[in-house]
Amino acid sequence: MSVDASKIQAAQAELDARVAEMIEWHFNPQTGCPFWLNWAKGAGFDPRKEVKTFADLIAKFPHFKDESLRDEQPEVWVPAQFKGKPFNIFETGGTTGMPKQRIGWNDYKVDYEEFSGKISDDHFPRGGAWMMVGPTGPRRLRLAIEHLANFRGSSCYFVDLDPRFVKKVISNKQFDIARQYMDHVVDQAVTLLKNRKITGLFTTPKLLEALAEKVDLHDAGVRGVFCGGTTMAPQYTRFIVEEVLEGRIGFYPTYGNTLMGLAASVPLTKEDNFSITYYAPQPRAILRVVNPDKTTDLVDFDQWGRVELTTLTKEFFMPRFLERDEAIRRKPRAPYAWDGVAEVRPFGAMQKNIVEGVY
Amino acid sequence: MSNIPHIPVMRLGRAYESLDQLEVKNHRSGEVMAKVSTVNAGIIRKDLRKIDTARAALKQLTVAKLIELSAKAGELFLNGTVPLGDQGHTQSAQQYIETLSLTSGLPHVMVKRNMTKIHYALTHMKTVLNGLSRGLDLAILDSGMGEQFGTKLAFFPTGKALGLVMPSNSPAVNSLWLPAIALKTPVVIKPGREEPWTPYRLIQSFIAAGVPAEAFGFYPTDHEGAGEILRTCGRALIFGDKSTTDQYANNPAVQVHGPGWSKIIIGNDCIEEWRNYIDVIAGSISDNGGRSCINASAIVVPKYGAEIADALALKLGPIAPTAPDDEAARLSGFANPKMADFIDGSIEEGLKTPGATDVTAKYRGGPRKVEFEGGIYLRPTIVHCESFDHPLANKEFLCPYASVVECPQDQMLEKIGYSLAVSAITKDEAFIEQLMAFPEIERLNIGPVSTMAISWDQPHEGNMFEFLWQRRSIERAW
Repeated sequence: MSVDASKIQAAQAELDARVAEMIEWHFNPQTGCPFWLNWAKGAGFDPRKEVKTFADLIAKFPHFKDESLRDEQPEVWVPAQFKGKPFNIFETGGTTGMPKQRIGWNDYKVDYEEFSGKISDDHFPRGGAWMMVGPTGPRRLRLAIEHLANFRGSSCYFVDLDPRFVKKVISNKQFDIARQYMDHVVDQAVTLLKNRKITGLFTTPKLLEALAEKVDLHDAGVRGVFCGGTTMAPQYTRFIVEEVLEGRIGFYPTYGNTLMGLAASVPLTKEDNFSITYYAPQPRAILRVVNPDKTTDLVDFDQWGRVELTTLTKEFFMPRFLERDEAIRRKPRAPYAWDGVAEVRPFGAMQKNIVEGVY
Repeated sequence: MSNIPHIPVMRLGRAYESLDQLEVKNHRSGEVMAKVSTVNAGIIRKDLRKIDTARAALKQLTVAKLIELSAKAGELFLNGTVPLGDQGHTQSAQQYIETLSLTSGLPHVMVKRNMTKIHYALTHMKTVLNGLSRGLDLAILDSGMGEQFGTKLAFFPTGKALGLVMPSNSPAVNSLWLPAIALKTPVVIKPGREEPWTPYRLIQSFIAAGVPAEAFGFYPTDHEGAGEILRTCGRALIFGDKSTTDQYANNPAVQVHGPGWSKIIIGNDCIEEWRNYIDVIAGSISDNGGRSCINASAIVVPKYGAEIADALALKLGPIAPTAPDDEAARLSGFANPKMADFIDGSIEEGLKTPGATDVTAKYRGGPRKVEFEGGIYLRPTIVHCESFDHPLANKEFLCPYASVVECPQDQMLEKIGYSLAVSAITKDEAFIEQLMAFPEIERLNIGPVSTMAISWDQPHEGNMFEFLWQRRSIERAW
């Protein structure tokens, strides 16, 4: 399971090279976007000269403020080389007020084509239909899941869930309405499962649980479940694996969002005791678990810290964004030669109740 | 084997060790006394879909046999050594007393009294059920129908199981669900956060006595899990404060056990002899550490309010914490010190409203909230209120607390509101008649009887037989 030091060094070298390439891309007026080119004018340093490695990036860049994704028009994020090409607009947040928007062209396809190699054909038979039950709407996930299915020769059914509505009614303590809405979503999914041949499922853990209470998923033909969206503590993971899927259906927990893409989890072993560790799609995205009080520093392995995300693609540059999550830092684990993040949960989850609802 | 016992979830008889575990700690030292597995609502929902098997397991035994096994369980509970958790630990009666005392703050003497109550209920189950069912031949429940009192009788179960969301305040509260087993009804229990010991020991005693393990669900869980138990079992009991119990007030499937607001009333005819009743009033306020819903929390008198408050304060005010094994212990510690802070703060806040005096203050010789050998205690508090409108006049706290309020006799019933237990010290037949007709009193004692007095065959709060079984008319052609 452990990873050779040479592989870790090679991954680090690849990451440093990626940093140099992306800094050159985003801060070169021939290729970069208005937002970062303007930002560089007031930065007090020239990123193209001073940021050559990931360590440089951590040392020189402040935390990205995602309010910019809400306050600025999407056009400011268009790299010069993408000018004139229509883009997708993907949203995050927006329960109240203006959502944050990330634009993109092909990143989601790259992420999900790579992820396709990490799921088994036994669990997601090529050509077998998929169903997504979860937040569709203006989200990257909706296109990503359909692309993943298509990439594997499959088509995908969709049942929408509006997480903004769910969060709103739960915050207002309108639990009956939240329950009715969840039933409404689950009923639609059950209807599809009963009337169509569906082998693969993407959903959130809570919806998966509710679906399994209405229909025997294995008997309905489901062989693989790809899950993401909310906290999955070890006991809850165990519950999903043993009680909901009853060990008969493949389970692929993931951690991701509009700003990062998709971090896959390593297959659970007995030693993991149902603690899920995710590995970012490095070098396109990098996850660090940092000391919340001194965010340049990583916490020690197997310690809790706040999740920091850096995204490094030609379409989108986002340095050192502090996620609203906390996680345990884990050692590299084959096939990944970089740090993992485990047991991700909302930042401060032990101190306060966080509204997650069914999303 | 770890030194610290692990109490598993019991999934209708099957032990389950969760990755999520709570620690139950010594309230004085913070030492971990047990780890308790907890599960999410999904596991409970899954198990409750199979509750029919639990019911079927009990159905195989007659009520008579279950009464016999309940008595055996009672002996084991009081005197026996039973399994404690799933790692080979056992628990003797003395160990139960000591551990429960260390984690709940109840002194040994109170734990023993609670044990005795539970033992009595289990070993007198026939009497209890006779009272609850008004003399029904319980064999009729075995076949579902029969003839008695010259008529055909048929009964059906109202729910698949009895769900229980238990409090942590007093072990004897578990006696409420004990008849369910003899009435062939599985129990699904969410124990109180600080008190897994009593329901777990009771379950183990029942199983050791020969009751099928499938009949017992023991699910330490969260708020959602508790809601699932209340929603799904068909019949359930919930304990809690008014805001909790209000949610279920109109749900006939949920029996609500909230604050008792129990009271002692003295009539005009007996008020001149008030000194004769101080002992029974003081006992009603302070027995069991003042933690029961049948402890008196208001003393309503037509006059001499200040004098009665002073006499009670003189008697109760000096009571101070003692070692847990002191046979004369009168106070219980707080497993959750924040609860003591909250109560102390609430009383102080109430005293800021003019018209109330903490009469005990002068006899206490110190603060209400005290630390003793590492434990937190609240010393007795008697507040003299000038009127029923004062915010402290009709309050109930988890400690020896009572208000003394003056109120003309002809206004008493109008003012007292709901009261779980009322002891009315009067011989005035007209007043007694009014009290008997008053619907807001659950248990009524006439004369100088402690509000803490209970009759097992006369439930003061709900009738478990009527809650779990309902009569139907029936006719069979063959």
